[in-house]
Amino acid sequence: MKTVSSLLDERWYERYKKISKLNIRSSIYDVTDHCNLRCKGCFFFSSDEHKAASEEKDVSRWHAFVEQEMARGVNLAILIGGEPTLCLDRIEAFYQRLPTFCATNGLIKVPRERFPDMMVGISLWGDKEDEVLLRGKDTFKISSNNYAGDPHAYYLYTITPKQLGKVEQIIKNVEGVGLKVHMQLLSNDEGVDGFSWQPEQLMDVRTEMDDVLDKYPETVISSKYYHEIITSGKMLGRPFGWDECPSVTITHDNRTPQPKRLTNFIRWASDLKTTHRCCTSETRDCSTCKDGAAHMSWVMVNKRGHIRTAQDLQNWIEVYEMFAKLYQFIPW
Amino acid sequence: MEKDISGTTLRIAQILIDELKLEDVTPETFDPDLDLVDEVGVDSMDLATVALVLRDEYGIRIDEDDYPKLTTVRIIAEYINNKLDSDD
Ligand code: SF4
Ligand code: SF4
Repeated sequence: MKTVSSLLDERWYERYKKISKLNIRSSIYDVTDHCNLRCKGCFFFSSDEHKAASEEKDVSRWHAFVEQEMARGVNLAILIGGEPTLCLDRIEAFYQRLPTFCATNGLIKVPRERFPDMMVGISLWGDKEDEVLLRGKDTFKISSNNYAGDPHAYYLYTITPKQLGKVEQIIKNVEGVGLKVHMQLLSNDEGVDGFSWQPEQLMDVRTEMDDVLDKYPETVISSKYYHEIITSGKMLGRPFGWDECPSVTITHDNRTPQPKRLTNFIRWASDLKTTHRCCTSETRDCSTCKDGAAHMSWVMVNKRGHIRTAQDLQNWIEVYEMFAKLYQFIPW
Repeated sequence: MEKDISGTTLRIAQILIDELKLEDVTPETFDPDLDLVDEVGVDSMDLATVALVLRDEYGIRIDEDDYPKLTTVRIIAEYINNKLDSDD
């Protein structure tokens, strides 16, 4: 039988042991249906998820709800929206109790006196030209002013096909304001012209992602295995998609047979009662889904499949470390 | 009543081999003191799967809070036997 230590040298084995018992159980929460932007291609608005439920406005209910979620075993709250920073009291209900990650467009600065070490992931959709085209304004200018040098914030850079050849400049911009950056790929739920991936573009973007990781290892939080999987949609020879996706809400999971390796994941709407199908748009086609977190989770729940060769297991470790860093389970 | 710990150990090793599809190992060659997380790569989802089989086979419920303690086949066997003893 292959054991972990038989595949790894001492240095890798130490890295493995730092994450092997983390047992991260995340769920995702829509904090609000409102946003101070309206980006083209935003899955939340394009699939009408903002109309799925009406927001729970009583903050005491949010506090009670978080308690229930903890009793269900959740140990990481991922807050999305709309724009969560429009509702700081709701964020606080999570932050007081749980490791909490807040996704934001960065236009509003999270008050650090109230949320000193909450991890903030700031969305970025490219350079000024693309940001203006897709989001109506150059958000980087504002968000980098708000968060420059913040040790508990990073950019979540959604690469679009139009960004090919420009990725390095974005990374340099982020490095210039003293922040880290994680990369993911646009799924183009709204079918915005020219923003859907072609196979050869996916190969090119993988090379670019690998290059910036090599060149800016202190700034880019990523792994080459993640680049491979998100651009190819394949892991250990198996295709990503509905049949294997670990980010399906348990109450919507009508797959037969149900994948065994589930984590009790739920994505809640902001009425705290309604649930969405998965971590992203209900209307998204699973066969072309590029959701970064779902791909990472897919790797993470398949640890034993990677106890095959030293390289496979090291790949798994790197993806798990990446996730653990992005959500502050281990330091950068 | 004292239960047969070595019989339980072998049975748990067999369940792990079957459920996790472990190769090149038999219940007899499975080191009962091998760390399941740090060496075999078992995670909490594996343990949940194994816990269901154990529940059906031994009629005991394994509390999820106890998973972190169940680090070897021998410890799982002792845990089961203790539960069975306390039910006697
Ligand atoms: S900032 Fe985020 S939630 Fe708001 S419209 Fe853009 S993508 Fe959607
Ligand atoms: S759209 Fe993506 S994240 Fe959602 S169920 Fe399909 S594959 Fe999973």
